[in-house]
Amino acid sequence: MSVPSLAHRQRDAVASTLSARWHVWQRRIAPYAFISPFYVLFAIFGLFPLVFSLWLSFHNWNPVGGLGTMEWAGLDNYVYLATDPWFWKALGNTLVLLVISGLPQHLVAIPLAFALNAGLVRMRDFFTAAYFMPYITSAVAVALIFSTIYGTQYGILNTVIRYLASTRLLGWAFEALDVRLPINWLGSSAYIKPAIAILVMWRWFGWNTVLYLTGLQTIPRELYEAAMVDGATTGQQFRWITLPLLRPIMLFAVTLTIIGNMQLFDEPLILVGTGGGTSQAGLTSALYLYRTGFEWLYMGSAAAMSWALVLVIGVLTLINFRLFGRESLQRREG
Amino acid sequence: MALTVWVMPAGAGTKIVVGAFPNLDAAIKAVLPAFEQAHPDIAVELQVLGYEDYHNALLTALAAGSGAPDVAALEIGYVARYVARGGLTDLTQAPFHVRELTPLWVPYAVGQVTTTDGRIVAVPTDIAPGTLFYRRDILADAGADIQSVVTWDDLLALGRKVTRDLNGDGRADVFLVGDAATVARAMFRGDIPEGEGVYFDRNGRPVVTSERFVKALTLAQRIRREGLDAQIGAWSNEWYEAFRRGTVAIEISGAWFGGHLADYIAPETAGKWGVTNLPEGMYVSWGGSFYAIPEQSRNKEAAWTFIRFLTTRLDSQLTAFRAINAFPALMEAWDDPVFDEPVPFLGGQRARRLWAETASKIQVAVVDPGDAVAEELVNAAISQVLNEDRDVRSALEEAQQLILRRLRR
Repeated sequence: MSVPSLAHRQRDAVASTLSARWHVWQRRIAPYAFISPFYVLFAIFGLFPLVFSLWLSFHNWNPVGGLGTMEWAGLDNYVYLATDPWFWKALGNTLVLLVISGLPQHLVAIPLAFALNAGLVRMRDFFTAAYFMPYITSAVAVALIFSTIYGTQYGILNTVIRYLASTRLLGWAFEALDVRLPINWLGSSAYIKPAIAILVMWRWFGWNTVLYLTGLQTIPRELYEAAMVDGATTGQQFRWITLPLLRPIMLFAVTLTIIGNMQLFDEPLILVGTGGGTSQAGLTSALYLYRTGFEWLYMGSAAAMSWALVLVIGVLTLINFRLFGRESLQRREG
Repeated sequence: MALTVWVMPAGAGTKIVVGAFPNLDAAIKAVLPAFEQAHPDIAVELQVLGYEDYHNALLTALAAGSGAPDVAALEIGYVARYVARGGLTDLTQAPFHVRELTPLWVPYAVGQVTTTDGRIVAVPTDIAPGTLFYRRDILADAGADIQSVVTWDDLLALGRKVTRDLNGDGRADVFLVGDAATVARAMFRGDIPEGEGVYFDRNGRPVVTSERFVKALTLAQRIRREGLDAQIGAWSNEWYEAFRRGTVAIEISGAWFGGHLADYIAPETAGKWGVTNLPEGMYVSWGGSFYAIPEQSRNKEAAWTFIRFLTTRLDSQLTAFRAINAFPALMEAWDDPVFDEPVPFLGGQRARRLWAETASKIQVAVVDPGDAVAEELVNAAISQVLNEDRDVRSALEEAQQLILRRLRR
């Protein structure tokens, strides 16, 4: 065994520090390097816009002049919003649409999912897929078809209604209600919200049905079997087993409906345009936000509006959580 | 998706990027071969996006301070918004000296890109004089004559004649016009007092409660009340369908509208249409395109060479006209024999001469940065007046208040 030369020892020392460094890098830094693409992308596309829009909401900015033209405005944009009649109108419209298009979705979806799950319907898979179809169809395509259906002169809906009104069976009802035909679905403010709500409901009830179906499948069969042994009817099973055990899914589905409907945009845009139609009956918050920012170029106001919307969605979600959440989550823990 | 067309091999001197939207891009492509020959040292890259996407992308590039093309096409609907505040190069300065060239173009189009502080930030390439399109056959069947329409009230009288129930089911099948709002919009665009804009006076004060607007909305309301319009919103499927079925007698639009009818809306109605000027000697602008140089461009001189080539040369303007019917902003072009040719789609009428004469009579109107806001708020007033039968003056009062509020004037 010969004594290692100085050069050798030096080389070994360098190698050992290198390997120690490599070790440290692998253990401490490499994991961050490997997951960094997510954080980098998140910082660019998630965090930055978020922070920038908050920053923007305290400025007046017309984007045509470039970033250098941003002017500090303090709370001006928020004050303006609080006193803007159209902002409140848009928020009101959005909430009305949330109720008249959101509530029926769930009232239809829950019994439907129950029927599908209980095997009351043949060809279950076919119907599940069919109900889901509207959800995966492009909102723009759907809205274009619906605008044809709602046509004043040549729309399918008005053709059907005209036929019904001309029959003896229903004609009296139209006269009694003094309905003027043809109905200008997308022109008169009284019909704009129902027209949008029908479209939104049609598009989303299948999504909710599938959600509830998934939830129902987590309810143990034995509970139903025991209920049947006790002589419970289908209605009683639905009332006393299905509904209570479905609460966590209801919380989830209703939260999604709230968030989705508060951001309602495509459907009213195609049906009535960015102006929201007659008397702004179809002007949703998201439409007004888009118009303020990208058509009128008041970027600061639009940013403030988006943060106001965040606040409203937060409050609604909290209310929803109080209604459905607490109890159901506690039951899980227990 | 952006469509990039390499027209010249790379490395041929300066390269400029030209941004445009359909189908103005077709006009540029048609002129390009001649430009290449005249300027072999300038390579042109054409970037085309859909109409709205293009303007939004341009807005983003202007906001971010990079990414804008060297030459940016602008459609009239976006001009007021982009013109009023920085971002686009002032062409009155050296080395552009656009004022030496402005007498070449129709004055009102130059006015549309002149700011209140005297900058000129774009150059007109095509224009769209507004005219009244009418169906010869429908008018003849109803025993109506377009020559009888001298005043706007005559148009109402014409509407009473042509709006008829043909199949006896108690509902009208033929209407004067698709949407009464179109008539209102045409009316308040005419007769703009000297030095005023469509919606604002020279001091930036909204004028939407003036007699001009009251008269326009009142007539439109009468058309709606008497059931003379089909209550169909413009550019909807149902609107196209009405032209295909031949159930509306007139439409007021830009000269380009005939091209849309012939190309895809209702080509089978060829020969049945005619055009005439609006009643009461009103001459209005109904569209147009412009070229601008964003401030951030690094090849402004080459960009300017290209813009001049497109907009000041007779053959370029005529090539664009032949390619996409882009009505030349260059007045010299109107002397070309092609403007006296009969247009088969319009029943052989020499319509281009009429449009050229119309264009020369359109007044210069002041452009205001608030035009986009005012236009939408006035549209909201119109829809209330028509669909809710709201009082004209109170609807316009509200519009005026909302404009002042939004613009903080």
